[in-house]
Amino acid sequence: MERLTFDLATTPLRELNTFLHNDAKAGKTSHVTVLNPDGAHNIAVGLDCPIAVDVVGHAGYYAGGMNKSATVTITGSAGTGVGENMMSGKVHVKGFASNGAGASAHGGLLVIEGDAGLRCGISLKGGDIVVGGSVGSFSAFMAQAGRMVICGDAGDALGDSLYEAVLYVKGSVKSLGADAQYEPMSEADIAAVASLLDQAGLDHDPKSFKRIASKRSLYHWNADANQEY
Amino acid sequence: MCGIVGLLVKTPALREKLGELMVPMLIGMTERGPDSAGLAVFGNPLAGNERKISVYSGLTEDGADFNWLGLGHALKEHLGVQVSVEPKGNHAILSFDVAPAIVKRWIAEHHPKLHILSTGRSIDLYKDIGTPAEVAARYGFAGLTGSHLVGHTRMATESAVTPDRAHPFTAGEDFCLVHNGSLSNPNGIRRMLEPRGIRFETDNDTEAACRFLEWRLREGDDLETALQKGFEELDGFFTFLMGTPDKLALIRDPFACKPAVVAETDDYVAIASEFRSLAHLPGINHANVFEPAPEEMYVWNA
Repeated sequence: MERLTFDLATTPLRELNTFLHNDAKAGKTSHVTVLNPDGAHNIAVGLDCPIAVDVVGHAGYYAGGMNKSATVTITGSAGTGVGENMMSGKVHVKGFASNGAGASAHGGLLVIEGDAGLRCGISLKGGDIVVGGSVGSFSAFMAQAGRMVICGDAGDALGDSLYEAVLYVKGSVKSLGADAQYEPMSEADIAAVASLLDQAGLDHDPKSFKRIASKRSLYHWNADANQEY
Repeated sequence: MCGIVGLLVKTPALREKLGELMVPMLIGMTERGPDSAGLAVFGNPLAGNERKISVYSGLTEDGADFNWLGLGHALKEHLGVQVSVEPKGNHAILSFDVAPAIVKRWIAEHHPKLHILSTGRSIDLYKDIGTPAEVAARYGFAGLTGSHLVGHTRMATESAVTPDRAHPFTAGEDFCLVHNGSLSNPNGIRRMLEPRGIRFETDNDTEAACRFLEWRLREGDDLETALQKGFEELDGFFTFLMGTPDKLALIRDPFACKPAVVAETDDYVAIASEFRSLAHLPGINHANVFEPAPEEMYVWNA
């Protein structure tokens, strides 16, 4: 099938997204290359078919947001909210990602080979996130379901008010958030980390990761807690 | 929301192109800040006792038709000061070799609606309401030369859209600051500084940060120490970019609520709120592009 190229230096972004939403979904091509993204916002958002989109360069805000089925690869960095609210498919950032990467993703896999900014995986709802570098503070805040694999370090308040998402960290954690705790790695955890690293194309020893999950002490309102958590 | 841009050239040959490289950076931040724009440019310092002030006449009745040469003559006649005047519509740079306070006092008494934008040996400052493209064309930003500059596009949230509330803000001599964000304790800072004789010109929250940091520098802090005190005293959301005659400095609040991206090559350091303002720069594909961390100090020497 024909492989199409959109050069955003000469083609309006809306033309690209309209093509991806309509023509691509109708099966006109299975592979689109985007040149000169130059930090534009909303590149390849809301895709709803199993197409591959390669963004060659740096993307702006919300790249690959709300993705369903598609595989979006960004060779440079990604701005705020990359892959946010993803439903399925894969968003792969070769460089670094800014704040709120993968926020509230329901499914799919977000891979960030470099560092991720603050609030990575905030309110994660079932998606998987693999970060090759480190994540900033408040990552996985109120994460409800899904998994995060962090190959570098984590900033302050990792997993604050965590629900049922599970975090795996190889490096150091500056501080855990309220209600997050370290737990032993089971064989199933090691297998899960190995599988996610494999899908992300990253080479780390799965046994070198620590598991962080919820203490579940914030699940129910405790009137006697005196606001001391 | 607002946009921030900064550019420091390391290669002396690029000093001639400083404005030309910067204009697309400023215009790239139009969506973040369409209501006002401004910039401060730092060049070779004036000798010894010489000082210059950037003055804005847009708030006077004559506006862009203000008689700048007449002002120069009047200053010579009344103060006996030789003043060189470079007018650009509603903006002029006045240079002289007396204490700037003497000139500024006379201007305040005789032309109270003239607004002093900056004072120093190295800094020229322009700011006005309008889109970044309009403001850049108004003052010929593309032709500006120098070693580094600090620019801003404004979408006002904390005070009205007026020329004097546009950024950059200045305090003292050769110090300026631009801000993306909003402070939650500007009035507390103001109440702390005013009894120390520090006078405010607007109700803008950024002015409090600017005057606080310049006060610390004047009290003897080096830039890093002043910025550390800024982290301790200034509460709210901020990405601040600051200029001094030989430095560009950048800090972000601990929550990194407001964005910033840096691109560095052997030739320049460029800073912007978003990458889209850096995409046109020469050699950007091989630049070291990174996001500055929250609560860290980034200081580059000109």
